[in-house]
Amino acid sequence: MNGLDRTILTLVTFVPAAGGLLLLFFPRRDRDIRLFALVISLLAFVLSLHLPAHFHRDLNGFQFEQDYPWIPTPNIHYHMGIDGISLWLVVLTTFLTPLCVLISWTSVHERVKEFFVLLLVLETGLIGVFVSLDLFLFYFFWEATLIPMALLIGVYGHERRVYAAVKFFLYTMIASVFMLAGILWLYAKTGSFDFVVLQSAIRTGGVPDFSGAAPWLFLGFFLAFAVKVPLFPFHTWLPDAHVEAPTAGSVLLAGVLLKMGTYGMLRFNLGLFPEQSRANAPWIAVLALIGIIYGALVAMVQPNMKKLIAYSSISHLGFVVLGIFSFTQAGLNGAMFVMLAHGVSTGALFMLAGIIYERRHTYEIARFGGLATPMPAYSTFFLFIVLASVGLPLLNGFIGEFLVLSGAFQAKMWWGVLAATGVIWSACYLLWMYQRVFFGTVKHEENSSLPDLNVRERVALWPAAILALAMGVAPLLWLNAIDPAVHNVLAPIAGSDKSVRTTPTLAKAVSH
Amino acid sequence: MAAFQTMSTLPQFADYVRILPEIVLSIFGMAIMLLDPVMDERRSQRTLGGIALIGAIAALAATLYQAQQRFWGPGFWDMIRVDAFSIFFHFVVAAVTVLVILSSYEYMEVQQIRAGEYYGLILFGAVGMDLMSSAVELVLIFIALEISSIATYVLAGFRRRSAISSEASVKYFLLGSFATAFFLYGVALIFGATGSTSIANIGVTLGQYAESGRGPLLAYLGVALMFVGLGFKVAAAPFHIWTPDVYEGAPSPVVGFMSTAPKAAVFAVLLRIMFQAQAPGRIGLIWVVAAFSMTIGNIAALVQDNVKRLLAYSSIAHAGYLLVAFASLPAQGIPAAMFYTASYAVMNVGAFAVVGHLANAGERYVTLEDYAGLGRRSPMLAAILTVFLLSLIGIPITGGFFAKFYVFSAALQADLVGLTIIGVLNSAVAAYYYLRIIVFMYMREPREEVPVTPIPAGLGLALGLSLAATIYLGVLPGRVLEYAGRSVGLLR
Repeated sequence: MNGLDRTILTLVTFVPAAGGLLLLFFPRRDRDIRLFALVISLLAFVLSLHLPAHFHRDLNGFQFEQDYPWIPTPNIHYHMGIDGISLWLVVLTTFLTPLCVLISWTSVHERVKEFFVLLLVLETGLIGVFVSLDLFLFYFFWEATLIPMALLIGVYGHERRVYAAVKFFLYTMIASVFMLAGILWLYAKTGSFDFVVLQSAIRTGGVPDFSGAAPWLFLGFFLAFAVKVPLFPFHTWLPDAHVEAPTAGSVLLAGVLLKMGTYGMLRFNLGLFPEQSRANAPWIAVLALIGIIYGALVAMVQPNMKKLIAYSSISHLGFVVLGIFSFTQAGLNGAMFVMLAHGVSTGALFMLAGIIYERRHTYEIARFGGLATPMPAYSTFFLFIVLASVGLPLLNGFIGEFLVLSGAFQAKMWWGVLAATGVIWSACYLLWMYQRVFFGTVKHEENSSLPDLNVRERVALWPAAILALAMGVAPLLWLNAIDPAVHNVLAPIAGSDKSVRTTPTLAKAVSH
Repeated sequence: MAAFQTMSTLPQFADYVRILPEIVLSIFGMAIMLLDPVMDERRSQRTLGGIALIGAIAALAATLYQAQQRFWGPGFWDMIRVDAFSIFFHFVVAAVTVLVILSSYEYMEVQQIRAGEYYGLILFGAVGMDLMSSAVELVLIFIALEISSIATYVLAGFRRRSAISSEASVKYFLLGSFATAFFLYGVALIFGATGSTSIANIGVTLGQYAESGRGPLLAYLGVALMFVGLGFKVAAAPFHIWTPDVYEGAPSPVVGFMSTAPKAAVFAVLLRIMFQAQAPGRIGLIWVVAAFSMTIGNIAALVQDNVKRLLAYSSIAHAGYLLVAFASLPAQGIPAAMFYTASYAVMNVGAFAVVGHLANAGERYVTLEDYAGLGRRSPMLAAILTVFLLSLIGIPITGGFFAKFYVFSAALQADLVGLTIIGVLNSAVAAYYYLRIIVFMYMREPREEVPVTPIPAGLGLALGLSLAATIYLGVLPGRVLEYAGRSVGLLR
């Protein structure tokens, strides 16, 4: 243990917000503001690299823990800590934020200061959600992400931004009050908000009236997370929010915000209510399957590039939920991996969509065609990310989907069969979109002289592309931290033994 | 007999210390009334306001002086009682008075309202509210209630030249007198049922009834009638009909005042009656009224376009949330209710201070449309109002969050699951209309040019203080809650 281990989570969490606060006092020189935001977000990224570097992959439980009493009554602790599940989500957040700053460099030119302040505050909220081990603290950060995101959409978005922002806010707010009610109930019965304490109290039967309330508690938490994911049929806010959001907002929304939902399911639904998770798994898996197929089919017919990517997110997040509720080691590993892979590649897709929007001010697929000729570098990046997204072997999307599918097959044959069609659909809609936008001759005269990527845009895209490749070639770098944590989550759930099948071998098989 | 013996002794020094804040406020109020006629009308505004401010701050200091434990205890033959409970509410009332006076300076000048009576009435009103929170005897409570009410009736009609302000005043006066009559009737019935007007004695008698299981109908009726009177004052449904009209017509700083300080005082009285007097039928009564207030207030607020009316309905809803705590167990309910009162006071005074500043001469700009584009025209003001609105929604790091949080967790600890669910759903609905104001400020283009004057110093100070208090209660609520928790043992 070195000294930094005890404070690193606080640092990583609050450096962005502190930077944002400093930014408030900057004079309105946009260039300096952008540079400062970039420096702060890079600083947070570098700090967050301490986590995987010093993470003990062979230890059970939470690491880098900090636990201080915050408010005596009620008994609220400032308790942070990470395990293999949250580790990479934190790094994903800090990784995407500098890219968001870069991609917003010129596309945001009004109220620049406020934009970057909101972005940095949002980053703090997102990291806080993943590192909180006190349910109260968790809820605190959970709600705190809502305001900056709603403002980013509502102030910096496109035409129907206000509608989208309000819809986003209300959907997630209303759903999360049910979680709050659940948290309060747990506190009323146990006198603690601490995740670890609650978990052991539930396991040892130390919570009065738990068996009667547990189904409702499960649903309360699940609803809040399902809206965030978003799971079919709670998904209608997502396409609106994505289409109207500014590029950086979309990147963080798809890249990290949605994962708050799946992370919550994994951590809280499975962690606190294992029996109810098992009992509810059948219908949740059905919703996930509907999400996979429905999302893909709707994506296919979208005339709007951004909406297409948004629906593809619904489809991909369906894989995550299916993987989680397959209760197999492979399925959960895969779910975690899809979360990360989707964060990188969909984040990159939104950046790419934003780049073309900045040039042409439209997302309509029909307004493009033959872009490969004027913008060769752009179309190469786009193709690479599209291939990563559809799950080409050796790129990141493949590993996760493969693991989820094998988990689904282990759990129930027909889940796997149906989910596998999702992979085919995703190849269809993404490649078809790619074909319509990039191949053939230039259909619209104004597209023939579009400038290709500039240096800043390349700098923003390269890291995502490299990571997409690295995650596809050496998934074990990520999975060896995820695997033990997932195993811990599964241990109390695994009533039947067929589910616990070690996957390091499986994962190794994939990587070779 | 014991009462007769204590009666024969004269008031001691300690007795006077126990009403020190009231004395201070009365002296300053009278001084203002005397100075007003002899001063030049145009120059008296600032001077009188300054005196009122000093008076309010002196009352705050007197409250802090009282807070030493050696002054705690009953005074004036058990009519009043100074303890952590009364000091908490004295502090809230005095703090609100300071904030309201600070935010009134500019308003008085813009609206061209004569200052003398205005500041005097605010101080006299505060006397009544202070007395309400320390009185432990129903007749004195009634007198204190009237002192505070009469002051607010007059204050509501202070924009004399405006018809809706006069309407507000008359409506408030007529319905308010009606309601206090109900309260008095309830006091009489309780006296009939228990043979006492002292809350502690009533509590003992009603407690015995409760144990023997044969409570007289008279006591139920008495509690219900008193609740009608007090429910009117806190604008709880179904006694809320006056609220939107009065809030719309009354001057904005006065609305900030009367939606917080008298309410806090009345909630103090309610706490005493409900918990210390062991009112029979408490949970059923409160359950219904709380559920009605939250639901009616929030649903009606959804369709308001006038910001003052919107905040009026929101205050009905907040009375409902607060009442949820009254249905809980004393150990959690009392501190939760007190914390809620304090945090609601700071955020609502702040919100109305902003509304009053924007309203401009004659309160012209009070509709949602007038707030369009405020985020661009006056980023500072918009940001401050946003914080207050987020606190009213109950978003973390604001006092409003912990207020709701404590109330609902108290309710859950008393197994009031149904009421908690109604409350939680209501706070989700409420998010919509507060958010609408924020949306208008930041995301809409203004339809016409609404002038925004720079923030004057007094108002700026008031806003800064209430902002700081809102955030403080949202980040470190521990100390305030702990202080409120000391009252649990005192209301037994």
